[in-house]
This record gives sequence, C-alpha cells and structure tokens, in this order.
Amino acid sequence: MSALLRVEDLRVRFRTMGPLKALATGTNAPFLDAVCGVSFEISKGETLALVGESGSGKSTIARTIIGLQRALSGSISFDGQEIEELTGAERKPYLRRMAMMFQDPIGSLSPRLTVRSLLTEPFRIHGLKERDAGVEAARLLRLVGLPADFARRYPHQLSGGQARRVGIARALALEPDLIIADEPTAGLDVSVQGEVLNLLARLQDELGMAILIITHNLNVVRHMTDRMAIMYLGRFIELGSTEHIFDQPRHPYTEALLAANPEPDPDAVFNRIELKGEVPSPMRRPSGCEFHTRCRYAQDICSRVFPESSTSPDDPEHSFRCHFPLAREVISGFGRPHHTLVGTK
Amino acid sequence: MTHDDPTPPPSSSRPLLEICDLNLDFGTPRGRIHALRNVSLDVPAAQVVGIVGESGSGKSTLAYTVMGLLAENADVTAGSILFEGRDLLTMTAQGRRSLLGDRLSMIFQDPMTALNPVRTIESQMIDIQHHEQGSRSEKRARAVDMLHRVGIPDPKNRLGAYPHQFSGGMRQRVCIAMALLVKPALLVADEPTTALDATLEVQIIHLLKDLQKEIGCSILFVSHHLGAVAELCDRVAVMYAGEVVEQGAVRDIFRNPAHPYTRALLECDPGRIRKSTRTLPTIPGEVPSLLGAKVGCIFRTRCQHAFDRCVQENPVEYRIGVDQVARCHLLGQERLVSA
Amino acid sequence: MVSFEADTPEINDAIDTGAFGAFLRQLCKNRLGTLGGVLVVLIAAIAVLAPLIVTHDPIQIMVGPRLAAPSLDFLLGTDQLGRDTFSRVIMGGRIPLLVAFASLGGALAVGVVLGLIAGFGPRWLDNLLLLIFDTIRSFPSIIFALAIIALLGPSLVNIILVIAITCMPGYARVARTQAQALQSSEYIAAERSMGAGTTRILAVHVLPNVIGPLVILVSMDVPAVIATSAGLSFLGMGVRPPTPDWGAILNDGYSYINQTPWIVIAGGIPIILATLGFTFLGEALRDMFDPKLRKDL
Repeated sequence: MSALLRVEDLRVRFRTMGPLKALATGTNAPFLDAVCGVSFEISKGETLALVGESGSGKSTIARTIIGLQRALSGSISFDGQEIEELTGAERKPYLRRMAMMFQDPIGSLSPRLTVRSLLTEPFRIHGLKERDAGVEAARLLRLVGLPADFARRYPHQLSGGQARRVGIARALALEPDLIIADEPTAGLDVSVQGEVLNLLARLQDELGMAILIITHNLNVVRHMTDRMAIMYLGRFIELGSTEHIFDQPRHPYTEALLAANPEPDPDAVFNRIELKGEVPSPMRRPSGCEFHTRCRYAQDICSRVFPESSTSPDDPEHSFRCHFPLAREVISGFGRPHHTLVGTK
Repeated sequence: MTHDDPTPPPSSSRPLLEICDLNLDFGTPRGRIHALRNVSLDVPAAQVVGIVGESGSGKSTLAYTVMGLLAENADVTAGSILFEGRDLLTMTAQGRRSLLGDRLSMIFQDPMTALNPVRTIESQMIDIQHHEQGSRSEKRARAVDMLHRVGIPDPKNRLGAYPHQFSGGMRQRVCIAMALLVKPALLVADEPTTALDATLEVQIIHLLKDLQKEIGCSILFVSHHLGAVAELCDRVAVMYAGEVVEQGAVRDIFRNPAHPYTRALLECDPGRIRKSTRTLPTIPGEVPSLLGAKVGCIFRTRCQHAFDRCVQENPVEYRIGVDQVARCHLLGQERLVSA
Repeated sequence: MVSFEADTPEINDAIDTGAFGAFLRQLCKNRLGTLGGVLVVLIAAIAVLAPLIVTHDPIQIMVGPRLAAPSLDFLLGTDQLGRDTFSRVIMGGRIPLLVAFASLGGALAVGVVLGLIAGFGPRWLDNLLLLIFDTIRSFPSIIFALAIIALLGPSLVNIILVIAITCMPGYARVARTQAQALQSSEYIAAERSMGAGTTRILAVHVLPNVIGPLVILVSMDVPAVIATSAGLSFLGMGVRPPTPDWGAILNDGYSYINQTPWIVIAGGIPIILATLGFTFLGEALRDMFDPKLRKDL
C-alpha cells in the first residue's frame, strides 16, 4: 500500500538566542534540535500515535507537517508530492486534504465567532462558496453528535468536551485524508475522554481518514491506533505496531511510560517504574544513548556509543534504539538478573 | 438534611481534621451556586486521604475551604471544619493565619504561581519559617536539608536560585520542601501532579509518600487521577457535583465500589481496560448545573440504575462493610446507618 | 481561584437576547456610564442638529447689544461684538467634535493597521515601526502641535492632522501588543493550519479581538482632544474667527471677564460636560471589557 504521508529524516531546529547574543556569550551553536532525524509513514486509513513527554518534539513534528514550522532538513511528502518546501497558495490545496486539531479544546476556537461560523470557516478559506453554511454546520454538528442549536453558541459557552467535538467537526468539514490530533484528550475528564476517542474511532470507520495522534498518554493510544512511535529528545526510540509494543516493549523508556499510568489498584504497589531524574535539556544532549542518564539498565557502553536502530527478530516493522533491548521476561515483572544487577539502584 | 448522629470515626482517637456537614455557596449574578453540599469527611492523624472527582465536582473548592483561601463570593451556609478540635470557620482571622504555614500548609497544581517569581528560593524558604524559633543561618540550614530531602541536587548552591531557574518537576519539589519545612500536621495538596509529565508524576507521588511517613503528617490529596490516588492514599472520598458520594478505605473503594458513579468512573479509566477495544466506556450526559435548590440524587440524570426514589429524596449515607459509606438509594435494602 | 464552567441550561438566554442588547443592559447597570452615554448622545445630537436649534445667526455681529446679560431673547447673553452667545455655543460644539472624531478616527484606523503590521510582520519591520512610534511619542504633544501649526498655518485640517499624528502611536502600540499576544494563540495556529492567509486572519480573527480595548482608549481620549482643540483656539492657533468654537468663545470671554462672566461660563460648561461624558463612558466601557472584571459566569 502506498503511503499517504511520508516523513524522511526530518530535522527541526529552533534558534535559542539572537546572533548578536550568541557572539557576545561565545555560544557557537545557539540552536536547539527539537526534532532529530525522524522518519515514518502513514498509510491511508491508518492511525499512528506519536508518544512522548513534554519537550520530546512530538508537537513540533505535527506543526512542521501542517506547515506552521519550517524544517531544517528532511522531506515531507503527501500523496507522493513533496510539500515541505511549499508555502502560501502552493500549500493550500494540501491543507485542504489534512486537518489539525490543537491541544486546547476551547482556546483553538476563534473566540468571537459562533460555532456555525467556526464550522464553515474551512469552506470560506478554500473558497467553496456554493455550500450553504447553515446546512453544512447542521450536518457537521449531527456528525459529532451535538444538537443543532449549538450553531449559535460562542466558544466560551461550551464545555471542554463540547468544544472538542466542535474541533473534530471543523477538522472533518472538508473530508480530509489525514487528521492530526494533538493531545485530543488534553484537559478532558476521564468520563469525557472516552466519548471523544470513541467519536474519532467511529468517524474513522465511517470516513476512512488516516489519523496521526500526538499524546503523552499511552493508554489512550492502545485502543485507538495501529502503530505507535515513542519519542525522547526529538528522536524515535521505538516504532512498531501498537499491539506488539504493548505486548513487548523493547526500550526501557517505553517500559517506564507504559507503567506510568497503571490500573488504579492500591495493592499493585510495584507496577510503577520510577525513572531517575528528568528529561535532559535538548541543548545539552547526553553522550551515547541519550536515555542512559535515566535508564535503570544502563551500562558502560550506553554512555559512549549511540545505539543504531535495530529491529525485532520476530517483527521487522518493530524498530528501536537500545543496546540492551528488553526481552519478554522483564515485562512479566521478574527475571533478567544480569540486567537488574547492573546499573539499578 | 442533617446528621443528628454522624458516622462514628473509624479509630478511637479523634481525627486531625473533621469536616462536618459542610455547605458552601458561590454568589453569582445568575443566582447561588451550591458548590458543596452536606460534605462530611475526616482526615485521621498520619493518614493520606484522597479526594477524587472530575472538574466541577468541588474537590478543589473543598481544599481551598479548609485553607481559607476562597474567593469573596464564597459563603459557607452550614457545617463546621474542626482542625485539632477547633472550628476553622468560627476562628478569628488572626487565629487562622497563625495556623497557616505552621500546622497547615498547602501545595498547588501550578508550582510557578505558588512561588514568588522575583525572590530567591532561599528568601522564600526562610520567610516561611517565621513561626519557628532560630537564627537566620539555622533556618537556612533547615532549608538546605529539606531541599536535599526532596531530591534537589546540590541544594547549597541551588538555594540562591530563582523559581524560573528550576524545571517544572524541580519547582514542585521546591514547593513540597517549603510546605513540609514547617512540619505541618496537615498538608493540603491540590492536584500537585497534574501539570507534570507521567514519569515525573511517579517521582512526586513516591516522594510525598516517603516524606509523609518520615514526618508523620496527614495529607489531603486532591486529584482526578485514580492511579495516583490508589497508590498514595489510605482513604478516598469520591466527589460528584459538590457532594461526597462515597468514601472509605482505599482498598474498599477501588475493589468494591458501591456508588454507581464510583463504579462508572473506575470503568472509564483506560488503565483498567486490559483488552484493546475500539469503544471505551464513558459516562453519558453532563454534570448537572449547581444553580438553585436540588431535590433527589445528584447523579440520577446519568445513572443507569435510577428509579423513582432517586428523583424524590436525597440519598443519605449508607454504610457498606466496616469502613465505607455511600450515598445511594440502591443501598437502601442494606442496614441504615444515619438519618 | 476556584471557578465554575458555564454549563448547559443557563447560557441559552444569554445567546437569545443578542450581543447589543446585553451590552446596553450591562451599560445601564453602571450609573456613571449611563450618565456619560446620555451626555455623549445629547452633545452629539445638539452638534448635528445645531442649525435647527440656534436662535440667531452665530456669526452675525450686532444682533443685539454688546456684552448683554442673559435674557429671553439672548439666552446666554451676547459677546463683545453683540453676537448671540447661546447660538455660538450650540454651533461651537461642531468644531471640537469634528476635530475629535476626524482626528481620533484617523489615528485609530492608521494606528490599528500599523500596529497589526508591526505585530504580525517580520522583526525588522516591527523594530522600524516601533522606532517611528516612539519618536513621535517622545515629542510633547502640545509643543509639537504648536510647531506644526506655526509651520503650516492654523487651519482645521492641520489641527486634525496634528492630533491624529500625536494619538496614532498610542493606538498602534496597543494594537501591536494585542496582535503579538494573539499570534501565538492556538486559534490563530488553527486558522493557519486550515490554510487561511494572513490578511484573512488579521481581518476576521485578530481585528475583532484588538478593537475592543482600542475603542475604550479612543473614547477616553476624546475629552483630551476637545480640550486640545479648545486650547489651540484659545491660544489663537485654532480655527479663525468668526467661526464659533468653544475654545474661541472661552478666549473671547476671558478678555471681558470683568464686565460679564457669562461668556466664559457659556463656553466652559459644554467643554466640561463633554469631557465628563466621554470620560464616564470610556471608564464604563473599560470596566465592561476588562478581562479581569469579565468574570460574569
């Protein structure tokens, strides 16, 4: 199957200080690499998740795909067409075929516009004047399960869950081939989270669009996605089918993330893995494997040699960057004595 | 509805904090919002009590009421909050102030807003000890010691830093250090891990747990995160739309939830669903408006098991097992405890 | 601070009455604001309908005796040239109000456009525009006005121009700051991600959110402009006689304050009323739109 979106060796760099200040302070690289050589593909109708903590670069990837951020190098192609270089009017036809949902459900809606205007904004932007705004707004509201009289409301009159539905409806207005959902459950209560995810899943089944979900919550990913990528300091440290990664995470960071939101059970005291320290600054990347400063299995080689990407023997689609990938015994909670003896505290 | 005969406390000794039948309204231009209704809750000494609920459940309002940090339009209409036997609500403003930062302290959701951005950690940590005896250098030594205990590397040199020079997780550690520096009897923690990443949340939960054991204080831990509550707390109160619908020992609540809302909330947590599914459980409907008087069970509009009685009368607290109470008419067949 | 989200049932009535009705109702709650609004409407109406109200020709000399006290024929007496002061005061509001609306309207339009360009444009353009704004603002405005008028000669157009130029940077700066804050907001990113061009974003999504605070600023500047315009007339640098103008009336009255106080009183009271009216209205508007005070659930 041909890829709908192909990202190859994407790098995004932010300037951290002005050229004069860099000269004055003697900083020879006043940059921060938010995304460091990331490659992936999304097929038609597929769901891919980018998972990582704040500062891992997952939102930057999304913003670069949609064109809010320029890449330093690398390529982004949509339906076989290179789009990274395109700006303005050249990019517009592609923006019609992809839509992005932003983190803040209410804050991503223009505050002085009614829901009706918000939902029909995509038609006006793309000059589709022949569509009847009232009819389209009603259709989109019905699609996401909101009453028709919501068309007259303003964003501040919506609850978080309702605003999220409006955001989904707006993203679907032009029937895009790809939806990029940045933290679709952020700021929502658990009881509403499920509603929003169910809605996205149902609409994907009906309309067949591909979805790129960006989240820090692995449990959200499990029920929604076909494949997932785990990010740390702007790199993919693990990429593979969601089922395989949940079944058998290979990277210790993935293992810790998986354990970070355990089932609420007061007796399961050992199911959380505490990582030491914090995510290092991307301006001072650790040597070797960038995770070694927090890894409980880290050994000598980890601080010296950058691990190349390797693939799982039983699944060539499952790749990871680790000198000592985890094997199944560890997941069940015990075993791997030669690892637990070294480098753990 | 009043309690003539409140539920007896689980232990023989008196709890550190007793919230009794608390009712609180917010006056707004559109009428009174009944933000807390008949809230009764005990925090025993040296225990961690969790308050879980979704947004608008009143859990933060309750924490702020205990600390006396409510907005001007808040109005306590009934009830009492006994702390070490003294009613915080009838106490003079000065008496109350002398408790804050001494016997009572608080940590907030956003550590950046809780710290003064233009003063060093050192001056803030020394200031907070104004109730304590000792010279400035002794207070500084205590601050260094506390920073060390919350896991700030190189505390002697970091003491002179400003809040923005710390990362989010470190800032929350500083806040915890400040709150515990005064050796409070009760620490009120309002969503202290919500603004943090998952791996940092684990660290903070473990830190709170260790320090609580070490200092022997009680913690009132407000959170919407069920996993965090399960891990940290001894007792849990579940709040919905301004009422405590169920409370009890953490094991009972999570293993044997009695209130339909507690059950639904636990089912919604994606961490509990072992099998991959395309459809996640939800609680249909919306939290009801708290404006105006309410008759009947507050959860009935979203409850699958609602029946006639739920519309007509407010459920009282029914006792389940040894140490668990829930406000639900379904438990009416069981033994009546109050009312 | 603990707050509550607006939930479903109550907000319906807020939608039904429409924005303008809600606006008026809120304004009426503020007594000084109501007073200000009434004064402003009254003064504007009088200025517009002035030719219908005047009892005499305001520039005709010797319609009555010189420096007469108020009478039924001459409601506010007459001036040193025997002109009817009442008619002159009624007509005299047209010039200051015209100056205020033309200059502030122009300043607002130019200021918003330049401010949005500075806020959304490239860094160098922003710096350049800021430099220009600050240069203009660094001149004391009345000295600047005197210098320009001394250079170009007194005329209505020059006065309007001078006031517009001195007020513009203030509005531009406010617009720029607001636009910059909005540029990083999520909804602007959302619009960009849909393919909206910068012009559309500025016109549809930024301008409506920027204009509110500016309108308040403008309405609070109106009294200052009326005073400046009157002041320039008073200094003899405003409109030329015999055109009636509040400042000019005041100026004339001062010379004869020993003979009769009526002229000064007649020229001063409308200035005071207009100043108070616009100030009250502006403050009420500010209170209504101030995001910190907008916590109405």
